[in-house]
Amino acid sequence: MSVPLLAIGTAPLALDALIEAVTDRGTATGSDGAVATFLGLVRNHNAGRVVQHLEYEGYEPLALRVFERIAAETAQRWPGVRLALHHRLGRIEIGGASVAIAAASAHRAHAFSACRYTIERVKQIAPIWKREFFDGGDVWIEGATADPDDEKARQEAERVACV
Amino acid sequence: MRVTVRLFARLRDIAGASELPRDVSPGATIGSIWRQLVGEFPDFAGYERSISSAVNADYARMDHLVHDGDEVAFLPPVSGG
Repeated sequence: MSVPLLAIGTAPLALDALIEAVTDRGTATGSDGAVATFLGLVRNHNAGRVVQHLEYEGYEPLALRVFERIAAETAQRWPGVRLALHHRLGRIEIGGASVAIAAASAHRAHAFSACRYTIERVKQIAPIWKREFFDGGDVWIEGATADPDDEKARQEAERVACV
Repeated sequence: MRVTVRLFARLRDIAGASELPRDVSPGATIGSIWRQLVGEFPDFAGYERSISSAVNADYARMDHLVHDGDEVAFLPPVSGG
């Protein structure tokens, strides 16, 4: 069984499938020493509000291009690391997973760093938005102005990925 | 010429539509289309410094020239993850 390495859509996320996808591919089978994974969850509180659920919206064709860019950046910074990144859209309940990442490498340090770098870059430049439904109303969450060419932001993602 | 404007998240809510067909003059840029939209939807003005833009599903700058049939997207600050 194989899932695409990069995907965005409304289907529930399955981290096991991402792990399988990064470890079964390529000619390096058997040479991996580590798979680092990240699962982003919908939590029940934010900024003092009691969250009921989230709704994610995305510009899917651009998001896929951004995921490809992030994968290319990761491959350049940590050669040999294989990456899978899936983001979910639509309504997600408390405790549900909104984003799943798996990074495989011969060495754990590169796997951890590539995984952390990927989620930081998703938050910086992926055209995805969350609408928070909380006790008393709803609000669009607005974070970073997306600019893939902002080298300072990219370096900050790399910095936190390598601590 | 005619372009399709795509709007997301709060911009979509303000405009009340996710897609807006718009007639634009030759020589139009993403920025000139944005200013046209701010005229239509005054609440867009608060996004002047924080939006990103894309043409045909690829990030592009405000001075980018648009062509007939292009899809021009305006993206408020993102919050994926």
